[in-house]
Amino acid sequence: MSKAKQIKLGTQMSYWERNRLSHGYLLRKSIRKWSISIFRAVLLFGLCFLIVQPLLNKLSVSFMEERDLYDSTIISIPRHFTTENYKLVAELIQYKTALINTAWVSLLSSFLQIVSCTMIGYGFARYKFPFKNFLFACVMLTIIIPPQTIMSSLYLHFQFFDFVDFFGIFKMITGKSITQVSLIGNGVAYFMLAATGMALRSGLYIFMLRQYFRGVPKELEEAAYVDGCGKIRTFIQIMLPDARPMLTSVFLFSLVWQWTDNFYSTLFFRKITLLTDNLGTIPEKLLQRSGTNTPPATAYGQMMTATGMLITIAPLLILYMFAQKGFVESLSQTGIKM
Amino acid sequence: MAENNATPEITRAVNAPKSKRRGSSMAKRNAIAGILWTLPFTIGFIAFMLVPMFESAQMAFSNVTIDIQNHSYVKEWAGLKNFDYILNVDPMYKRQLLESLGNMGLQIVAVLIFSYFVAFLLNQEFKGRAFVRAMFFLPVILSSGILLNLDTNNSLVNSISTLIKESNNAASRVTGVLEDILASGNSQMSDLMQTIFDLVNSVYDIAIASGIQIIIFLSGLQTIPASMYEASKMEGCTGWESFWKITFPMTSSLIIVNVVYSIIDFCTRSDNVVMSQVKAQMLQKMDYGLTSAMAWMYFACIGVIVGLVTFIISKWVYYYE
Repeated sequence: MSKAKQIKLGTQMSYWERNRLSHGYLLRKSIRKWSISIFRAVLLFGLCFLIVQPLLNKLSVSFMEERDLYDSTIISIPRHFTTENYKLVAELIQYKTALINTAWVSLLSSFLQIVSCTMIGYGFARYKFPFKNFLFACVMLTIIIPPQTIMSSLYLHFQFFDFVDFFGIFKMITGKSITQVSLIGNGVAYFMLAATGMALRSGLYIFMLRQYFRGVPKELEEAAYVDGCGKIRTFIQIMLPDARPMLTSVFLFSLVWQWTDNFYSTLFFRKITLLTDNLGTIPEKLLQRSGTNTPPATAYGQMMTATGMLITIAPLLILYMFAQKGFVESLSQTGIKM
Repeated sequence: MAENNATPEITRAVNAPKSKRRGSSMAKRNAIAGILWTLPFTIGFIAFMLVPMFESAQMAFSNVTIDIQNHSYVKEWAGLKNFDYILNVDPMYKRQLLESLGNMGLQIVAVLIFSYFVAFLLNQEFKGRAFVRAMFFLPVILSSGILLNLDTNNSLVNSISTLIKESNNAASRVTGVLEDILASGNSQMSDLMQTIFDLVNSVYDIAIASGIQIIIFLSGLQTIPASMYEASKMEGCTGWESFWKITFPMTSSLIIVNVVYSIIDFCTRSDNVVMSQVKAQMLQKMDYGLTSAMAWMYFACIGVIVGLVTFIISKWVYYYE
């Protein structure tokens, strides 16, 4: 800074000048500040690298030829660059059909889930009714109980499902049922679970949405009621528009978890080819394809699995890139509390 | 809720000043509305949770056989036979159960510390924060469902990670020497050190298991009013002190949330040995009685642990009203 300017502005001095006046405090403070931020940057870079590394490894493996795997001089950059792996895997897991199926299954179930969970969460947040606390304890119970506990009986329940004679009273009298249908396989069973707030992690979404609606000031609705707005209309026109960021984030979570889930999908979607169905069996698929009895080399099978995983999560990664705010920010601003 | 009804009640009172019964009917109507809003859950809970739970509890105590002609299944009371089998005959189950619970304890402590630390870092102001946050929540996608399971089994990708780790020679030599010195002292101390080193080595597993926990802690950190820190600074509080006197107590209630979430997440994720064992048994052997017993046993253990941990932690949690 020039001398003339310094005199003109009066208070503006050079950094060292100010440091001298503060008896070295300024220097110490800025050293501390800088060292903290350098330390933080190194740490965060390391952790980020740690998290992304498996993804990068998969990416590099997926472009290699098989002989690159056995070459010990190659670690992560393929020497024989190829896109054959993608073509082969896409064929093995029927990528096109599976992608379309996964997309509509996840979208539909997430939609049903979000509708039901929003309703339920709103009901818990705003109204007082008998057994409310007990019912909410039940929501907590659905979060805590591993789905595997009730899986076997739920499976049988849907295998011999009865729309008309729901609790089996008719069957008990006559000893036989006419209206029984098997809901396993086509996914109807799962959509029923989603619509009643019982699907994958529904309890968590109910909890999150209830927390959210509890934080919304009641005056909003009261004003609407005074103006003669009905309960449902108030909910749709006043509450929902404000809740959009929260709903988006719940929707995104539910979509992503549904997409990669294979617990419910192996149980309830047997007749529908989904992306996660064949991922685990790619080596066996390779064996079938080769037509011989010698199984493919482990490394080769795993290379294909890695490629398959990449194309499975590719749509999710693209979604995450664009909707990253929806995942993170809205949720961290809700203030989840017990 | 009483305050909620206040205004509509007043309007109604203006319209019909004489009827006193209106107030109670408003509460009643609200109660009905509440029941209707939550009706889907009530139906779902009874039909798809309570009934199957009851049945599966029954199955755990019986032999189940499938009757294909009659489109149904037969339960035959067998008492504690299934539990006796899994605890005394099955060579795998008991070992897997204990191992899984032990791992869970260690991992949850590590996840809690890690996620708290990361949340604290991500709550500070710095350049590129949005990007770093996005990176840390990537595991929510990358490690969900089947992907986690496949990842742990994929030795090819894992071996590349080891290669990369080893190529960082200088760093690994330093930690190697450190590990040798610390882990080879007197036995108790070295056991502890070995456990800690194992945890540090599995930092990737911990990082990918703590996506949601970071979000929860972060949300807690963001709700602490800045005025508290200002006041403490005026009183001459150092950063370290204000962490333990303000930040930690204000977020302590979230520790329960996170512990419970971590336990549940650990138990229900797809690479859990006990759960995958249960599923494999069900789909292969079709022995529904046995699998129900296995699942119930596991659930009982988890229920007890969740209850105990919540009880213990809630003793010293601080609630700021």
